[in-house]
Amino acid sequence: MAIGYTVDERLDCKGLNCPLPVIKTKKALEKMAVGQVLEMVATDPGSKSDMVAWSKSTGHELLETKEEPGLFMFYVRKTR
Amino acid sequence: MAVTPQELDQVVAAKVKELAEHRLEQMVREQVRAALDAEAKKSSRPKRVAIVSSKGTLDAAYPPLILATTAAALDMEVGVFFTFFGLHILKKKGLENLKFVPVANPAMPMPMPNLLGALPGMTGLATLMMKQTIKHKHIASIPELMELAKESGVKLWPCQMTMDMMDIKWNDLIDGLEEPVGAATFLEFASHADITLYV
Repeated sequence: MAIGYTVDERLDCKGLNCPLPVIKTKKALEKMAVGQVLEMVATDPGSKSDMVAWSKSTGHELLETKEEPGLFMFYVRKTR
Repeated sequence: MAVTPQELDQVVAAKVKELAEHRLEQMVREQVRAALDAEAKKSSRPKRVAIVSSKGTLDAAYPPLILATTAAALDMEVGVFFTFFGLHILKKKGLENLKFVPVANPAMPMPMPNLLGALPGMTGLATLMMKQTIKHKHIASIPELMELAKESGVKLWPCQMTMDMMDIKWNDLIDGLEEPVGAATFLEFASHADITLYV
């Protein structure tokens, strides 16, 4: 668990279902600089495992996952 | 003291053995290094996904496009070969007008006897209901997924043979496609793929 990071961009994926959350996350990261952190919020429960798989596949760091009733927040750092 | 022929032989033999072993060790080291470099190059290239899309109904258009766009989001290299009725998805008149057929599908959300599903108008009704469900549940539409696929660099190949067989012209197809190709082109691409799927 990484501490002390600041969120540079936020992405709202509420109401979007697979595969849109991971697709939009990748698109959002493309516009950011290496080292920056993106906060992505989704309502799709499938996005929990999808984001882990996405981070493994792309090499970008999934810093933290937070869960609230009906909401999933993902914090991703662009590593390359 | 003069050197005897036997002594000379021995010296030469020893020297040859030494040189040969040294050279052999060098050669082995070079070969191993080359093999390791080739392996490293192989594992650093992105995973490749090859998909065949052979059916043109609304429900059958989803798997290839969802898999393709998701794979692209996972930084994989993706190519989709649209053949036979899959080519229908690439038609200007097809992409937004795909149909959902309620016949011979016991897994339908609202199962019905085939005889009923085959009545005139049932395909239209089933398609409408399916489209409404898709919109209601915020699932991406097929045109949206196709756009996403093109934006993510997914290669979309129309099958040349299918175009010839069904008299489909290049102008009948949507933009953003690769040149029509044959099975050999797709198979060559798929021969280096990590994942190959037939839908």
